[in-house]
Amino acid sequence: MPFFTPGDDPGPSFSSLVRRLGLSPETPSSDVGARLAVTHATTVVAIRFVDGVVIAGDRRATSGNLISHRAIEKVFPADRYSGVAIAGAAGPAMEMVKLFQLQLEHYEKVEGSQLSLEGKANQLGQMVRSNLPAAMQGLAVVPIFAGYDLGRQTGRLFQYDVTGGRYEESNHASSGSGSLHAGTVVKLGFREGLTRNESVDLAISALFQAADEDSATGGPDLVRGIYPVIATITAEGFTRVPDGEIADRFTGLLDVLASREIGITRLPENSTETGGDQR
Amino acid sequence: MSMPFYVAPEQVMKDRADYARKGIARGRSLVAAVYDEGILICAENPSSTLRKVSEIYDRIGFAGVGKYNEFDQLRIAGVRAADLKGFAYSREDVDARSLANNYAQILGQVFTHEMKPMEVEILVAEVGQSPAHDQLFHILYDGTVMDEEKFTVLGGEAETIATRLEELWSEGLDLRGALAAAVGALSGPDRALAATDLEVAVLERTAERRAFRRIERNVLPDLLPEA
Repeated sequence: MPFFTPGDDPGPSFSSLVRRLGLSPETPSSDVGARLAVTHATTVVAIRFVDGVVIAGDRRATSGNLISHRAIEKVFPADRYSGVAIAGAAGPAMEMVKLFQLQLEHYEKVEGSQLSLEGKANQLGQMVRSNLPAAMQGLAVVPIFAGYDLGRQTGRLFQYDVTGGRYEESNHASSGSGSLHAGTVVKLGFREGLTRNESVDLAISALFQAADEDSATGGPDLVRGIYPVIATITAEGFTRVPDGEIADRFTGLLDVLASREIGITRLPENSTETGGDQR
Repeated sequence: MSMPFYVAPEQVMKDRADYARKGIARGRSLVAAVYDEGILICAENPSSTLRKVSEIYDRIGFAGVGKYNEFDQLRIAGVRAADLKGFAYSREDVDARSLANNYAQILGQVFTHEMKPMEVEILVAEVGQSPAHDQLFHILYDGTVMDEEKFTVLGGEAETIATRLEELWSEGLDLRGALAAAVGALSGPDRALAATDLEVAVLERTAERRAFRRIERNVLPDLLPEA
């Protein structure tokens, strides 16, 4: 059982306790990503809506050009009123989420009160910052943090960079390899006062478009019934959207998209029949 | 050169035990009892901010009587040990018995080797799937561990209160009934305890993960028997 003298006590921080006891993993000394295939998790988005935030992530993990996992989860509750979604090297990212969840719970138990949402966001920033040496060796982790601020009664979003830079976003955030496409879809579809259903649909559409353009992002897997993980965080807390509902919403989206394609003739992109000397 | 007087080890231990018992007797007592849906921990505590009862892990609670700084230090050490174990292995590997043994080691060590023993008595409680699987470990200032079945009383007047609780408590009580028994035993026949004199928490058997729940003072009067 760990005991410390008052001047030397690690306080309510679980990660500094882990460090003090020498349990934190060592930073690799050379570029891991260049030598080994490291599993990467990809696209995640978060959108603020009228009652809080919706946070979503696709299910694919890749190592190089191979799919290493079809049903990985990238969206996690951090505590009752906040959630975290991860992109980057899957192993360190999962470890970071586990440590972050524990950190919030540990603080609450030791101090007898919860951290503020701001405090939680800064805490995650420090964890990303302390991962920088590993990020330099190809094990970068870039999360999104979203939560419901009980004091201000609104959803709030935080985006990070590998250096631990913490950026609060007012409307939406995205991270991972497909974030460029997903982010654009969200940006175009966002307006003030989105309802829960509209924002879940927007997240689904953003992940679909990202999967359409980025090979590392997984689309809906209709064969195995694997759909993105989507959760809402409101005054009622973190709630995962049921798979059945996501499947229905996906079917809706696919119907709309497919109906646009009817009547369009696809030109073969490179054909001997149409090429060259036809007049 | 001065020679220290010889003092018999029996006398040293007795003096230390007396010292610890006196310190503990200065504070107020605490009751933990099994009820149908969990474990009730009820302390006499006029402060609404300095806690005697708190959460250690998913299904494990902690309570202490005696010197506040000493049992609070033990509480934090327990939270750290439990969280570290859950982090290194798995959440289901954290159990009350191992924590109680750890506490016993520390208290025993301090009792025999330090200048002064800790003036505390602590409780480690774990709620199980059924009342038969509930565990209550009562640990004394010298490291003695007692494994209790149905209820336990910590503090200076433990024996008197336990005698009263023996009469009031019965198997299969609900929360309201267990609370009435605990408060009745703590107060005794000559005085009454109000919600503002109590700190109450439960470990709920049906909870999905974190079973510890405080019953705040504003809702407590609804559960207490009519005065």
